[in-house]
Amino acid sequence: MRISREDVEKVAELANLDLSEAELEMYRTQIDEILEYIGKLNELDTTGVQPMAQVLADEQSADRMLREDDIVRCDVAAEILEQAPDREASYFRVPKVIER
Amino acid sequence: MSAAWTIDGVREALGAKKISARELASDFYKRIAERNQELNAYLTLSEERAYLQADRIDGLVAAGKALPPLAGVPLAIKDVISTRGVRTTCGSKILENYIPPYDATAVERLEAAGAVILGKTNCDEFAMGSSTENSAYGPVRNPESTDRVPGGSSGGSAAAVAAGLAVASLGTDTGGSIRQPGSFCGIPAMMGSYGRVSRYGLIAFASSLDRIGPLATSTRDVAAVMGVIAGRDPNDSTSTTAPVPDYRAAMEKPVKGLRIGIPKEYFGAGMDEGVRKKIAAGIAVFEKLGCELREIHMAHTDYAIATYYIIATAEASSNLARYDGVRYGLRVEADSLLAMYRKTRGAGFGAEVKRRIVLGTYVLSAGYYDAYYLKGQKVRALIAQDFRDAFSKVDVLVTPTSPVPPFLLGERTSDPLQMYLADIYTVTGSLAGVPGISVPCGKICGKLPVGLQIFGPAFGEATVLQLAGAFEQAGGASV
Repeated sequence: MRISREDVEKVAELANLDLSEAELEMYRTQIDEILEYIGKLNELDTTGVQPMAQVLADEQSADRMLREDDIVRCDVAAEILEQAPDREASYFRVPKVIER
Repeated sequence: MSAAWTIDGVREALGAKKISARELASDFYKRIAERNQELNAYLTLSEERAYLQADRIDGLVAAGKALPPLAGVPLAIKDVISTRGVRTTCGSKILENYIPPYDATAVERLEAAGAVILGKTNCDEFAMGSSTENSAYGPVRNPESTDRVPGGSSGGSAAAVAAGLAVASLGTDTGGSIRQPGSFCGIPAMMGSYGRVSRYGLIAFASSLDRIGPLATSTRDVAAVMGVIAGRDPNDSTSTTAPVPDYRAAMEKPVKGLRIGIPKEYFGAGMDEGVRKKIAAGIAVFEKLGCELREIHMAHTDYAIATYYIIATAEASSNLARYDGVRYGLRVEADSLLAMYRKTRGAGFGAEVKRRIVLGTYVLSAGYYDAYYLKGQKVRALIAQDFRDAFSKVDVLVTPTSPVPPFLLGERTSDPLQMYLADIYTVTGSLAGVPGISVPCGKICGKLPVGLQIFGPAFGEATVLQLAGAFEQAGGASV
C-alpha cells in the first residue's frame, strides 16, 4: 500500500477539500493504484537529467519577452464584483477570519 | 441547407448574396434546436452576441467592403475558454453561473476575423477526462454513433462540428483533449506547439500543457482557424514571437520526399486490431504519396502516462486553488472562512476533479516532491529529448491518435487508470510541447471513426498541416 487513509485525509486538508467517508476510501484505493502505476518511473535512471521546468527553448523563453511595466486601464472592477457570491461596496465579504 | 458548410463555402455564399450572415446563424440555431437535446454538445447559446456580429458582417457585405478571413463563419467555443458576457462553466457546478468579464485572446481574434460565435460547448469538468462523461451537465453523445462517447475533454466541440452544428470550433488540449475527440468524431483536430496560441482567457488546468486549438470538417479549415488564433499575445508571456506562416499556402506544397517516422512504441500491446489495420492502411497512403517511411524508436514513450499524471495533477492542484467561494462561483456558507472553503470545494467539484486535486497535492507535498514531481519533470525532459532526436532524422511522426475506437457511454467510468491509458499516444506530444493533428483515417465496420496522428517539431505546424492536407486529398478518410 502506497498511500494510507491518513495520507488522503492530510492531503485533503492541505487542499481545503471536504471529502466524505466514502470519498476518502474511494480515493485511497484509486490513488493507490495510480501511484503503483506511476512507480514504473523508478525503472529509469534519471541521475544528471535536468528537470524540464518549462516547455519553451531558451531563445523563446519568457525572460526574453518581459514587457515594460506600463499601467493599462482595465475598467472591469464592477463586472468582477458582480460575480462575487457576497459583496459590500467594493469588497468581497467572507465569514469572520479572526477570533477576538 | 447543405450539411457541410466550409469556411470557403460561407465566404462564397455571402459574397454572392445567396445567404446573409444572419440567416446562416439562424439556420445553425435551428439545427442546434433539433439536435442538441440528444447530443448535449452545447451548454450555452450566445444568440445576442452572434446576431450582433452577423449583422456587422452583413453590413460589410451591403457596403461592398472586403470581408475578413472568417466573415460570418459560425463557430463553437469550448466552455473552458472565457467569453465576455457569456456564461462559462468549465463543465463544473462550481462555475455554474460564472460570466467572464473579458474575452480570451483566441476568441477576440476569431471575432475580429469576422467569426460568429454561436455558443459554448460541453466538456469534461475543467477539461479533465477523455470521454466528456465528467461534465457536471451530463455527457455528450457521439454524432457518428450515439450510444458512444465523443471522446474528451473537448467532446462538445468535436460533436458540434461533426453534427454540423458549427462550421468549426475551438477546443483545448492538455493530454489529448482536442485530438482524441477529433479522432472519435471523425474530424480533423489540431493542437499547435506550446506557445503558438495565446492561453490568455483559457481557464487553467495545467499551465505547462494547456493549449487552445481548432476542430473543423477539413484540414484547410483547421489551417484557416489556426492562422487566425496563432501568434504572440502580450497577455501571455509564454506565447512566442515566432512568425505565423500562411498555413493554407504551405499546404499547397508537394509532400513527395518528406521523411515520416513511424515510432515502433506506438504500435504495442493494448491496441485495438481494427485501429491497427486502419492506421496501416493510412500509412500506405503516405507511401503512395511518395513519402519516405522510417521506423524509429522513442524509448521513453511507455513512461508518458505516468509522467503526465504527475505533472498535470500537480499543476491542477495549484491552479484550482482559486475556487474558494470568495470572488466568483459557488459558495457554500459556513461559520468560518476555512470551513467555507472546504465545503464550497467539496460540494462544487466533481469526482474526477477532486481525485486529481488529491493526487496533485500529494505528489507536491513535503516528503513526496522529489520522488514524484521532480522525477516526473526529469522523465518529461527525456520524453522531450526523444522527440528532438526523432526530428533530427525525420520531418514528422505518424501514429494512431487513440489505441481504441470510440467506446460505449459508461464503459470506462468506473476505472480511472483505464481511462487515463486511453491517452497513451497523445500525452507524449503534450509533454514535449510539439504540434500534433488528428485526421480521419477510416471507420471500423463503417461506423467507428479512427484518427491518424501527425506530430511535427516545435513550430512545425505548416509541415504537419501540409501532410494532413495531402492525406485527406488522397482519400485518407476512407481507407
